Amino acid sequence: MEINIEIINFELREAIEERSNQKLINCYQCGKCSAGCPSVHLMDVSPHEIVRMLQLGLIDDVFKVNSPWYCTSCFTCVSRCPRAIDIAKIMEALRYYNLNAAVHLFDPNTLSDEVKDKIPQQALVSLWRKRT
Amino acid sequence: MEYSYFPGCTLHNQSQSFRDSTISTARELKIELEELPDWYCCGAVYPLRSEDIMSLLSSTRNLVGAKKEDKDLVTLCSACYQVLKRTNYLILNDAEKREKLNSFLEEKYDGSTKVLHFLEVIRKDVGWEGLKNKVKTSMTGLRVAPYYGCLLLRPHKELAFDHPENPTIFENFLKSLGCEAVDFPYKTECCGAYLGITEEIVINSAVLKILQGANKRGIDVLITSCPLCLYNLDVGQNELMKSGNLLKPVPILYFTQLLALALGLGVEVCHFEEHLINPLPTLERIR
Ligand code: SF4
Ligand code: SF4
Repeated sequence: MEINIEIINFELREAIEERSNQKLINCYQCGKCSAGCPSVHLMDVSPHEIVRMLQLGLIDDVFKVNSPWYCTSCFTCVSRCPRAIDIAKIMEALRYYNLNAAVHLFDPNTLSDEVKDKIPQQALVSLWRKRT
Repeated sequence: MEYSYFPGCTLHNQSQSFRDSTISTARELKIELEELPDWYCCGAVYPLRSEDIMSLLSSTRNLVGAKKEDKDLVTLCSACYQVLKRTNYLILNDAEKREKLNSFLEEKYDGSTKVLHFLEVIRKDVGWEGLKNKVKTSMTGLRVAPYYGCLLLRPHKELAFDHPENPTIFENFLKSLGCEAVDFPYKTECCGAYLGITEEIVINSAVLKILQGANKRGIDVLITSCPLCLYNLDVGQNELMKSGNLLKPVPILYFTQLLALALGLGVEVCHFEEHLINPLPTLERIR
């Protein structure tokens, strides 16, 4: 991964801070968020690394990783962060930008009838809210 | 005391087991639940983007509805609880958002509705001792895992339901029913939530960890208050047994189903036919 002034995307970094209402610079990289994350073993980069990449303005690289799509919004990181950073909100902001680029959109037609019948509405409404 | 009852979509449309066991246990415990008139879907997930005001409107209207009824708002589903309570917290504590939301409403709302979970109502109005006295079929010997999941507990500052890492309300509830509340290290772990539809692997790994943990501790049944936790934990078990990853099935119950049986209500209110793993054989053993 390369870091130089040309690839730092200040504008988008600020927009992500605003959307998520978080101050990225407050993170001191203790790693507690990643230690408790139930999906960390599936993620290309772990939650604290996401924050670090954002601090450094490596937005294009952050957009390429799968991590936000494996985040379940379980809020474990939120309840454990000693610097009161809400990573769930950061992940949501990242998902939002990728959805705007029509990546990872949810297509309800792909659902089988069996799933549609059995799965709680709660799951369908959630997916609708998060992925369309 | 009389409450405004918010069933939410899943209890209303799908989960007869959760709904009927709630209604009948509330009646038995003399907790008056009056369904909130014209309620809306809460939205299922609390919107996490700061500019997303529109997604808060349906939950706000439910809070306004309860205020009009001049009652506290009671809900069962962990997701409804999370969304309604967080929305109310925002309205109470964020003047700018409150004003924005109010500009969509027909009348001003200040965040004065109290949002309660049914468990909190039992603790407040019946009490753990009182509940013990109402038990007709003691559940002595039943080893139960209290499973809280995420949405009841976190973020703790906004929900203030119980301790985010070591909650105890389910344990107290279980002790009143005479069960053994097993110390369960996965009780606050995530089940994978709605990601089962699109990223199945998330659910598979989360569910396996929780169920294997239950097996290791010799747990008879696991209780929850979230329809999605129940679905995720229940539905994949046959596959896990076939592949040899899970040794023993773990019946998953709503806490209200266990309560209904303890209060001596008929098994019909539990609708165990909705579950893949039927808890009855395990429960018969202690009945
Ligand atoms: S827990 Fe908080 S401070 Fe620690 S690495 Fe994660 S975001 Fe940064
Ligand atoms: S909210 Fe997302 S990033 Fe945070 S611990 Fe849960 S799954 Fe991991």
